[in-house]
Amino acid sequence: MTREQIKDELKGIIGDYVPEKELLESLSEEHELIGDLKINSAHIVDIVLDIEDKYDIMIEDEAIGKMGTVGESIDIIFQKLDSK
Amino acid sequence: MRNNRVVITGLGVVAPNGTGVAAFNEALQQGKSAIKFHEKLKELNFRCQIGAKTNVEQSYKEKLLPDFFIGKVRNNAIINACLSGMEAWLDAGLTPNENGVDYESGIVFGAGDLSFDDAKAPNEAPTVLIDAGNNRRLGSRSISECMNSGASAYLNNILGLGNRIVSNSSACVTGSEAILVGYEHIKNGKAKRMICGSTESDGHYIWGGFDSMRVLCSDSNENPSFGSRPMSATSSGFVPGGGSGALVLESLESAQERGAKIYAEILGGEFNSGGQRNGGTMTAPNSEAIVACIKSALAEADIDPKEIDLISGHLTSTKGDPIEVQNWVTALGRSGEDFPYINTPKSMIGHSVGGAGSIELVASVLQMEHGYVHPNLNCEELHPEITRLISSDRVPTEMVSKKIDTVIKANFGFGDLNCVLVLRKWSNK
Repeated sequence: MTREQIKDELKGIIGDYVPEKELLESLSEEHELIGDLKINSAHIVDIVLDIEDKYDIMIEDEAIGKMGTVGESIDIIFQKLDSK
Repeated sequence: MRNNRVVITGLGVVAPNGTGVAAFNEALQQGKSAIKFHEKLKELNFRCQIGAKTNVEQSYKEKLLPDFFIGKVRNNAIINACLSGMEAWLDAGLTPNENGVDYESGIVFGAGDLSFDDAKAPNEAPTVLIDAGNNRRLGSRSISECMNSGASAYLNNILGLGNRIVSNSSACVTGSEAILVGYEHIKNGKAKRMICGSTESDGHYIWGGFDSMRVLCSDSNENPSFGSRPMSATSSGFVPGGGSGALVLESLESAQERGAKIYAEILGGEFNSGGQRNGGTMTAPNSEAIVACIKSALAEADIDPKEIDLISGHLTSTKGDPIEVQNWVTALGRSGEDFPYINTPKSMIGHSVGGAGSIELVASVLQMEHGYVHPNLNCEELHPEITRLISSDRVPTEMVSKKIDTVIKANFGFGDLNCVLVLRKWSNK
């Protein structure tokens, strides 16, 4: 799986939580989930659960804290997939 | 204390026999039943295997709700509350606040119990996940979709209102109480507008407890549309339903200032309890309190009982119906041919529990707005205790086209609670 594929899949997962849909069109790895994409911080746990279901992985609290941007979230997904 | 006049400027509804006000109005006029046999209830050994469920098209949700609600919110009672609330708000000529907060408008939106919804798969129910040691799978919406304030909280997520946001819960009185609370808040000068309503889930979790109490109709599983027959000689228990109604209440001054369409004025109302004494219990009303509640609402409305054209009763299709009619006769001092018309949509949609009052108030306003009395199904054979009190033509079994100016509405609920409201069609006076 390439980073670009994961990014596309992540876009599908976070789509419902992003209030301004136009932000998704030019989604970049630098985008902060809360700051730039304006995702309600309470929904980060929902996104984590959706990611866990999608890739059959488990993301611990410590890793959740590192998912600040789209790129960092992709890193975490890769790490967890590698250690499966 | 201010003493504002309070009017109704917006309507919204998700009823089992009609999604949206236009469809509901047509269904009421046609006497359309939404009560059906449900295989699931049979599988689960329910005595009563019939009920009325709401049935909302995806396209209707897409028209009124943000994507997040459609994709993620899993509680149908909350979805229906947001749909009826949004319809009412838009009908009043108002729009959601995109950025700012409207501190002059608030919400009173109640429910019997939001956590009874069955939209979630059984293995995703909070109690199942928690008992399995898997509470981390609950996510962020478990609390907000179960909390009793969930309906008003989600609705306000769309609307952005900053006045009082109330979530009441008073069993089957919830809907009419929400309207009474909003009315008093505006009357007292505390807000310009309140969006008021109620909602209830439909399905086996909420219906099961009533089935166990043996208060549901169990003799019509083969003939579902005959199950709900308020005021009939053969009423045998209520048919469970669900849904949501919403009304935008507004000070007359505010409505006139912005040139809003005004449907009706709320002339007065009252809420009381029989104290679970003198015949009143957890589940049965104290008639003395009901009569007092009706009289007190009339006194606040400052009208003569003779002015009432239509009673929108509670009338659940149980043995309580003749007692209710007796209480109306006593409180209004009217009987026989002099009795007002009386009806309830429950013969078509069953009893929507906490949703009932608000759905029935929408029906009351529609009958004034369009000049008709909707039919009562299945009561060709009226209860003899009722025919002893009032003329049978006071209980129309077919739609009556007639100008309706004044409606009195009541609901009664578990806990020995009573609520009565008096409404008058708006005629610019």
